[in-house]
Amino acid sequence: MGIIISLVAVIALTLVAWIGAGTLGLHYLFGVIIPYLALAAFVFGLIYRVVKWAKAPVPFKITTTCGQQKSLPWIRHNKLESPFTGWQVFGRMLLEILFFRSLFRNTKMALKKGPRLVYGSEKYLWLAGLAFHYSFLVIVLRHLRFFIEPIPGFVMAIQNLDGFFQVGLPIIYITDGVILAALVFLFFRRVINPKVRYISLAADYFPLFLIGAIALTGILMRYFEAFKAELIAVKELAIGLVGFSPVVPEGLDVIFFIHLFLVSVLLMYFPMSKLVHMGGVFLSPTRNLANNNRNRRHVNPWNPDVKVHTYEEYEDEFRELMKAADMPLEKE
Amino acid sequence: MYDGGKIIFGIVVFLALVTFPIWFNVAVGKTDFAPDPKIVTVGEQCMASGEYMKRKHMDMLDVWRDRVVRDGQRTFIAPDGKEYEMSLSNTCMKCHPNKTEFCDQCHNYLAVTPYCWECHIEPKETTEVANGN
Repeated sequence: MGIIISLVAVIALTLVAWIGAGTLGLHYLFGVIIPYLALAAFVFGLIYRVVKWAKAPVPFKITTTCGQQKSLPWIRHNKLESPFTGWQVFGRMLLEILFFRSLFRNTKMALKKGPRLVYGSEKYLWLAGLAFHYSFLVIVLRHLRFFIEPIPGFVMAIQNLDGFFQVGLPIIYITDGVILAALVFLFFRRVINPKVRYISLAADYFPLFLIGAIALTGILMRYFEAFKAELIAVKELAIGLVGFSPVVPEGLDVIFFIHLFLVSVLLMYFPMSKLVHMGGVFLSPTRNLANNNRNRRHVNPWNPDVKVHTYEEYEDEFRELMKAADMPLEKE
Repeated sequence: MYDGGKIIFGIVVFLALVTFPIWFNVAVGKTDFAPDPKIVTVGEQCMASGEYMKRKHMDMLDVWRDRVVRDGQRTFIAPDGKEYEMSLSNTCMKCHPNKTEFCDQCHNYLAVTPYCWECHIEPKETTEVANGN
């Protein structure tokens, strides 16, 4: 059900851009106004979500660990799996964000004959996730060539590396193939395994289809003669948007507006969906807290201010009475 | 807000990255640059329309390369029925010998680095009209 809703939604969005920019010719709306709104929604939405998370108190350090915590000096401390200091947490977060370390530990269970339960490692999700995210990053960085002038060396380097094999003309980018393959895998992973399918919602399929549609329209415009976009016009539009003096040049096709509109939708959808894990990964309390509960006191931020009455104060209050009753006193 | 310093640092980094094109263009950009390919030709018109050439010349050159190199076929019949020799150096560059002022104008603007000149000899730059070949 979720699959059908998501697919219909992405097709409907495509048709909106098709009819809006193609048939009705609303180029300014689809080329300038919607992209600006989308960017604003993305930036402010993401900041809003992050600030909201930052306002949530963490009553206790809830680090998930899977290594030996810091203990007696002769017991080897696993610094990355059970970080004790801030820098150890930094190392752990770095590996998590750059290499998806926790996903690498993914396991699967299978019931063999016997009956015997076996556990095995399951790396495909990690591999496909890594391939997808890095392809996406490279594709975003490659698109900088439309937004800035002059084009800096690192963009050229990325694009030359991405087209390393010099296959075809225009040269086929490795990431274009990899992102499609990864999306196909991530989709079928949800569909084929009944347990994963059961917990998959429209909100899981929609981003896959949306990003897939964005990738496909981009690929059509780059590699297929019939859909070739006029890149000079595209860059004119992009530079205008970035410089806050937007112009809609002649020569932009419907397929370009579809691509741009779907990207705008992705940006708007970003902060209000699971995609916000881009910011959320930095704020996961199970990852970004040090496991030093036994060493340092973590005060629950919502603890009420308790009025305590220490023994010293008690003794001060009842000193005379206690003395009279011959009770032992700490201070005479 | 808890850990305010770290949160604000993160948000500042995020904003700096997202707005990279904006401040890059303001700082070192030449945003008013527009490519202006100069045509210095004797031929009255190209073998295909300017609109077609602007978007799809690379596809045509790709087909030409395959036909010449793989099939040994050198004659191209243009949409208007005229015959041309399929040759980058001898046909295209006859009318457009000014690589820097013609090809490179758009290619540099869009970070396109065609590898034509890994096999072909780069033309001697001239801005004069090529005559009498």
